[in-house]
Amino acid sequence: MGIWLILPLLIPFLSAVLALLAWGRRPFQRVMGVLGAAGLLGAGGMLLGSVWRDGVQTLQVGNWPAPFGITLYADLFSAVMVVLAGLIGLAVAVYSLENIDPDREQFGYYPLFHILLMGVCGAFLTGDIFNLYVWFEVMLIASFVLMVLGGERTQLEGGIKYVTLNLMASALFLAAVGILYGVTGALNMADAAYRLKEVGRPGLVTALAMMFLVAFGIKAAVFPLFFWLPASYHTPPVAISALFSGLLTKVGVYALIRVFTRLFVQDVGYTHTLILVIAGLTMVTGVLGAVAQTEVRRLLSFHIVSQIGYLLMGLGLFTPTALAAAVFFMAHVVLAKAALFLVGGIAYRLRETYDLKKLGGLYRSHPGLAVLFLLPALSLAGLPPLSGFFAKLALVWAGLETGQFAIVAAALGVSLLTLFSMMKIWNEAFWKPSGEDDPLPARKVSPTLWLPAAGLAVLTILIGLAAGPLFVLSMRAAEQLLGM
Amino acid sequence: METVLAFVIGGLYAAGLYMLMRRSIVKLIIGLALLSQAANLLVFTLGRLVRGSPPLIPTDASTLTGSFADPVPQALILTAIVIGFGVQAFTIVLVKRAYQTVGTDDLDDMRSTDLNP
Repeated sequence: MGIWLILPLLIPFLSAVLALLAWGRRPFQRVMGVLGAAGLLGAGGMLLGSVWRDGVQTLQVGNWPAPFGITLYADLFSAVMVVLAGLIGLAVAVYSLENIDPDREQFGYYPLFHILLMGVCGAFLTGDIFNLYVWFEVMLIASFVLMVLGGERTQLEGGIKYVTLNLMASALFLAAVGILYGVTGALNMADAAYRLKEVGRPGLVTALAMMFLVAFGIKAAVFPLFFWLPASYHTPPVAISALFSGLLTKVGVYALIRVFTRLFVQDVGYTHTLILVIAGLTMVTGVLGAVAQTEVRRLLSFHIVSQIGYLLMGLGLFTPTALAAAVFFMAHVVLAKAALFLVGGIAYRLRETYDLKKLGGLYRSHPGLAVLFLLPALSLAGLPPLSGFFAKLALVWAGLETGQFAIVAAALGVSLLTLFSMMKIWNEAFWKPSGEDDPLPARKVSPTLWLPAAGLAVLTILIGLAAGPLFVLSMRAAEQLLGM
Repeated sequence: METVLAFVIGGLYAAGLYMLMRRSIVKLIIGLALLSQAANLLVFTLGRLVRGSPPLIPTDASTLTGSFADPVPQALILTAIVIGFGVQAFTIVLVKRAYQTVGTDDLDDMRSTDLNP
């Protein structure tokens, strides 16, 4: 039983160690990068299967009994997240074979890649709040180095902003963990939740909840704490951007959902209403920022922020349907977003620019790539029968059920603007004739670049087609989150 | 003692945030360092300050009685200090590289990532 809980941590760890031992031997590291990610996906699948069959799984590390030792904990939500990390990991690992230049590979791209995956999976699987802090730091340190690996000017500038804001969030998170321990005397989340009910000082508990909200809010890039994201995510090579966009902010959202369904449910009227307001503002500001951009990666970065708002909307509504919708939306947005970044990278490979004004004519020269872009783009906007439609339908449904019409209106309006902004990329990069007089040579796109993007795009269709069974899974995950 | 430490922690937070808002990237590092030290001290203080009573169970008893120093916050800080050390080492190298590449230590001049191409 416990083996499936420990494997998603062990596989990336061993891959990283092996890749480190083979320092400088690029062919071996490249094979290790793909194999490790595939192994992680397999382990995640087995974990999901085992949690689906047998319910919530726990493992006491080092056999220390429950509230004293560190607990690994997997319910359906964490298992789904580990599977998503495996999927993104595999897609990006294959894509990196072509996208990451030999210099970056030489300086430890693959070990860092796997340490990042280990940190992400650790954050998904831990049941201990201080352990969550440690996994966050593991993930952050790997992401810091990946962000600036290569040392280009924009990378360093973006890196300083990214590092500063994330370290501030970490300091705040650590202080909040300390206060939580001071108030409850517990670090195990289940134990802390139980003791928080008996503290009986609602003001103190709410203040503590706000500290967690700000700390995780910076990491999840919610309004008004998201400015580091569009200033930094577009600077590294696109494989790294895709990895970050798929996983890092989502870990912040995961932590928010975890903490605000288990620990801080004393004053839902205050905390969750605030989250709902933040969700609406995040959606709107994110998409408005995106509309103004003409650089593909910056535009997509603003969309990351906007989509975070939808995830928070599910948490803020705080009903089983809404949380199930958030879980479903998470699966959808992680895949669609990463696919869009990967397609953007292919367009760059063909035209050597990310600027929409200079791009053009891609539909004529590479119709396959155009389809690869349209699938995740329309899915992100929420067109049926793609994954985004069902995710947004469930969220809107949950909003109408609880009578929160303002947030429903915001969600629908932002969908429209998302469609507009995706169509802008379509028109500028694919549809409009190429700026140059002589047609560019029809370069071939290597399969290591288009296969991962195609895989993720097909998954967004599959999620749409299998929406029924997947929603049943999300519903069970939501019930476990709420302890029903 | 708690009162004194409370003021120290408050001072560290204030100084750290002040340094973070300066334009020089060197002061940025100092600010981040102060902020993480403030968080460490906060965790330490919240574990209750008890002098001279280690959490050792006497030979003739089976549980701890009375007040005793809680070892958990200290273990937490130890972890946090180690993490903070590594992160700060990285930040210093990052800032040095940024200074060499960009040619300025003024944060206001590091705006190339915010502009459209």
